[in-house]
Amino acid sequence: MSLAYYPGCTLKTKARNLEEPAVASMEALGFKLDEVPRWNCCGAVYSLADDDLIHQVAPVRNLIRVKKHGKTELVTLCAFCLNSLKRANLLMKEDVEKRDALNNFIDEGIDYSGEVKVLHLLEVLRDEIGWDALAQKVKLPLRGLKAAPYYGCTLLRPREIAIDDVQNPTVLRGFLGALGASPVDFPESTTCCGSYQVVGSPGDIAEYARPILSSASSRGAEALVLTCPLCDYNLGRGQKELMAKQRGSREMPLFYFTQLLAVALGLGAQVCRFELNHGRPALLLEEKGLLSRREIVQPIGGQR
Amino acid sequence: MTEKGPVTVSPRRLRREFVRRVKELSGQNLQLCYQCGLCSGNCPAASNMDISPRQIIELARLGLEEEIAGSQTVWVCASCLACAVNCPRGFDLAKLMEAIRLLTLRKNVDHIRPEDISPQERCDLPQIAMVSGLRKLTG
Amino acid sequence: MSAKQRKKKPVPTAVKEKEQITAKLIPIYIMGKRYEVPEGLTIMKAMEYAGYVLVRGCGCRGGTCGACGTVYRKPGDYKLQVALACQKTVEPDMYLAQIPFFPANRAAYEFAGLTAAPEEVFRLYPELFRCVACNSCTKACPQGVEVMDAVSALKQGAIAQAAQLSFDCIQCGLCTSRCFGELAQYHMFQLVRRIYGARIVPRAEHLADMVKAGNEGRYDRCLDELKRAKEDDLKKLYQNREIEPVEAGEDWKPKDTRYL
Repeated sequence: MSLAYYPGCTLKTKARNLEEPAVASMEALGFKLDEVPRWNCCGAVYSLADDDLIHQVAPVRNLIRVKKHGKTELVTLCAFCLNSLKRANLLMKEDVEKRDALNNFIDEGIDYSGEVKVLHLLEVLRDEIGWDALAQKVKLPLRGLKAAPYYGCTLLRPREIAIDDVQNPTVLRGFLGALGASPVDFPESTTCCGSYQVVGSPGDIAEYARPILSSASSRGAEALVLTCPLCDYNLGRGQKELMAKQRGSREMPLFYFTQLLAVALGLGAQVCRFELNHGRPALLLEEKGLLSRREIVQPIGGQR
Repeated sequence: MTEKGPVTVSPRRLRREFVRRVKELSGQNLQLCYQCGLCSGNCPAASNMDISPRQIIELARLGLEEEIAGSQTVWVCASCLACAVNCPRGFDLAKLMEAIRLLTLRKNVDHIRPEDISPQERCDLPQIAMVSGLRKLTG
Repeated sequence: MSAKQRKKKPVPTAVKEKEQITAKLIPIYIMGKRYEVPEGLTIMKAMEYAGYVLVRGCGCRGGTCGACGTVYRKPGDYKLQVALACQKTVEPDMYLAQIPFFPANRAAYEFAGLTAAPEEVFRLYPELFRCVACNSCTKACPQGVEVMDAVSALKQGAIAQAAQLSFDCIQCGLCTSRCFGELAQYHMFQLVRRIYGARIVPRAEHLADMVKAGNEGRYDRCLDELKRAKEDDLKKLYQNREIEPVEAGEDWKPKDTRYL
């Protein structure tokens, strides 16, 4: 089965370790992630001002092109892309006046009124495949891996586009359970990592990361499981800075959920592109007997 | 958070036009807020703010434009919406923050300049960080 | 209009042309002022006919240098149109202005140190990420380049794709003049085409061989012959030169093989 797929810019450069294991895993599960043609940047953040339509153009243009391409569902992997596309879609569905203005301005030859359903891959896994069926496909259960789901902001907020319960999300817990891992819940799993503030105030990022990492760690988590390349960047960078200040502290590996999926499906380390991760997360999998030593791709010198 | 001195409120200082613009841009009814402070309590950036999220709402509806303009708070906000989803009154503070930012950005005044981001950061930051940072902090 | 591009009294040649011209005159508006010019002229020729002396905003007159970007509008149509003044013929009642230069940001770089990594573009042109995908750039391109798609490719780190999409760009800068995000698309494109040519496209081995042969004197004899030729002979040689047919195959050879 083929799924129309929107990758987003970051997945084509810095977050190939989010995309490549996803594409391989979905193929193993019988789904083809079919990249839509001529996609552009999603805009990353949804504009919050009532009169600001120009910043809605980028996500809406993508949705129009998906409709033109004849697709009714669009799967995303990046939490930012999901958020901006899904919110813009809701605007096109609900606000007739703004819909007309945007359709007129964008001028792509067809009118759009929110027909495309925007999904995150986790929703496909949960709702179209199901945790039980996924568990059946697992070849290498991640037994003994204590992993804390970290949602961040954009999968869950605002409420109207959340892929799960806003206060008590369980989708990653279900996912990790299906892979045979032991999910570790912690209250900071939906606390913001600092997001785009890293652009103007990079010095603040470690302080955003501190409560998230220490809370997960104090509850026994051995790793964090992420869905967003900006969370990955901020937490990875923040952790590095915190460790430099506090010598001897143990690094908390950060995984994309798709990497754990690929490992559990027995696809090996190669598709996971662990060399793009912060630190050396694959070592933890090796310790758990989930990857053999020769499979681990060593980090490339200078990478991050 | 740094404690600020007392704020003087008087009809003379009220900036009705500011209140009107903020309401218009944010689409929010400023009178909804009953100052419970859950927004401040849930804000992961509150410790970096000179005026707390709760206080921003109060200053905005009093029309105290100068106090808000002199504060870093709206520029520290990461639009994570923890305030919005936790508000018992359904007030979307993130939209108010955006409206106040835009009142500056739309005068062609940027909060950060792309050229001030260090060359190394420009290479390292994921594209979503650059796109969102420049969308929120430049006009 | 640049400082050097000023209105003068019509130059004598233009007056002469004017007297000889029998074509129908049509009205056009150059920077808001009405002129009657012969139909069938290019915008550039029409401006000169009207008395402008183009020092800047005019280069090759052949549609490739990008100096004569022009914005115009027809009455009754809100849409702005773009053209190259040396290529587009005048139409009745067009309102036009030339944009011979636009003060766009152009990064300084030492090309020798650049790699083919997408980060080179991110580092040199961070404002790239201010694009809002409004498509004004594409609409403003007189060359029909899919400018917005090429900008998208840059954001995605697809340097080769951006270079290919922007191949027809002639650096006129009209995209930049219309950009909401204040990007300098055409300078970014030039950067990636350079990177593409130098770092991504495989080296053409036969070119190196030809350069070597040239340096070793293989073509000295024919060049010397040309240098000695009289102007008339040179013109004749040029006019009668043998041109490789479009449909020629790999094994095509000219009739005169003395210089091969």
